Amino acid sequence: MLTDFGRILIFFILGALFTGAGLVTAWIIRPSRPYAEKLSTYECGEEPVGESWVKFNIRFYVIALIFLLFEVEVVFLFPWAMVFKSYGVFAFVEMLVFLGILVVGYAYVWVKGDLEWDKPVPKTSQYVDKVGVVQYEALKENITA
Amino acid sequence: MSVEFIVEALVKIGLVLVINLTTVAYLVLAERKISAFIQNRLGPNRVGPWGLFQSFADIGKLFFKEDIVPSAANKFVHTLAPLISITVAMSTFAVVPFGNTFAFNGHDYKLMIGDVNIGILFILAMTSLGVYGITLSGWASNNKYSLLGGLRASAQMISYELSMGLSVIGVVMIAGSLQLDKIVIKQGEYLWGVIPAWNIVLQPIGFITFLIASFAETNRLPFDLPEAEPELVGGYHTEYSGMKFGLFFLAEYANMITASAVIVTLYLGGWQFPFVERFALPALAVTLLQMGAFAVKVALLLFFFMVVRWTIPRFRYDQLMSLGWKVMIPLALGNIIVTGFFLLFH
Repeated sequence: MLTDFGRILIFFILGALFTGAGLVTAWIIRPSRPYAEKLSTYECGEEPVGESWVKFNIRFYVIALIFLLFEVEVVFLFPWAMVFKSYGVFAFVEMLVFLGILVVGYAYVWVKGDLEWDKPVPKTSQYVDKVGVVQYEALKENITA
Repeated sequence: MSVEFIVEALVKIGLVLVINLTTVAYLVLAERKISAFIQNRLGPNRVGPWGLFQSFADIGKLFFKEDIVPSAANKFVHTLAPLISITVAMSTFAVVPFGNTFAFNGHDYKLMIGDVNIGILFILAMTSLGVYGITLSGWASNNKYSLLGGLRASAQMISYELSMGLSVIGVVMIAGSLQLDKIVIKQGEYLWGVIPAWNIVLQPIGFITFLIASFAETNRLPFDLPEAEPELVGGYHTEYSGMKFGLFFLAEYANMITASAVIVTLYLGGWQFPFVERFALPALAVTLLQMGAFAVKVALLLFFFMVVRWTIPRFRYDQLMSLGWKVMIPLALGNIIVTGFFLLFH
């Protein structure tokens, strides 16, 4: 007897085998002529500057943390949704309380500004044209004359 | 007995794999043709009539391309990442029903690979695994563009996964089950005897949020920030070439097919062909019609995916994040409460 998860496992294995076979076939028939320049990291034709495994924006980390908290609460919602119809008003009110707590946390994160992304603020040029319109017209006339 | 089950499973798996891969090949061609017509040009038309064999020529080319792994890269993870991407993209399809249970020769055959009782959770889990393929490829390449693409992809996909999970809850509440087969059967009912009770009618807001989240999860325009060409060269697959690049490419289109199939199953009635049971048709004809209905619905959604890609410009990253966190999540939460209210007092 093959369970439904067993079938999915077979599907999974066959899919992985298929892609693996594709990679192996390509590995057998393709050319391989590497040299140092070809194997250097691509950086628009320049010599690569340093490594790219460096510090990155903390925002990504914050987003991941918030995601983790919310995702756990979403998981709690699934069993509730399954039995919702049979429990009626009791389940509904209870979930309103649960969602209420969730919304408080959500509002806190929003107000703290953790959902904001750094936006570039374009600086408009403060350049003042020292040549006035009158002088410019005069210059033009001078040139054409 | 046991052998028969395994043969049945293998036949179904083989069919699904072959059909999926052929669809991917022609989807690439369809995308190029549609983009060409949108931009007022002809598209590929040299290989075979109307360019019908173009995709196969492309696959052949990918096989013969040299595979360049940068010497600074982590070679093992660099190879592993595309494998994760494509395997995950294809195996999500395992729980999607593409037809009603079909009685033949005294046996009931379910037209799906695995009818698991936690189908929706399986889909959500698989889409989460898809993040690993892209993030690992971005990290393993040791390239600045790849790393940025991978980071963006992970943040984007986890953000929209949240609203995806929240919008599905409305569907689960209506059906009272996580089993996709039961959800589809539930959608075979009629409202006032005339309107098919598809979840798009019962859950319009949930449908819209789920659709948008699917676009973001498949990294399609307008959400293709992880591979935004003008700023990130190729994003997470900048350092990929040859067959490994081909696998990422395949995975993108396989993801599109799976996403469309899931949307059809959850919101557009799955294999339901409205009113077909009111005519006395032979069982085989009904099954074929239903499978056809499923295919047509998926094809229409795929067409929609493509038209959106070629008509709508890309988001900026802060717009993308604020849409995900400040619009989609409140909408999806509100949808849950409204659905609960209706189910209780209707």
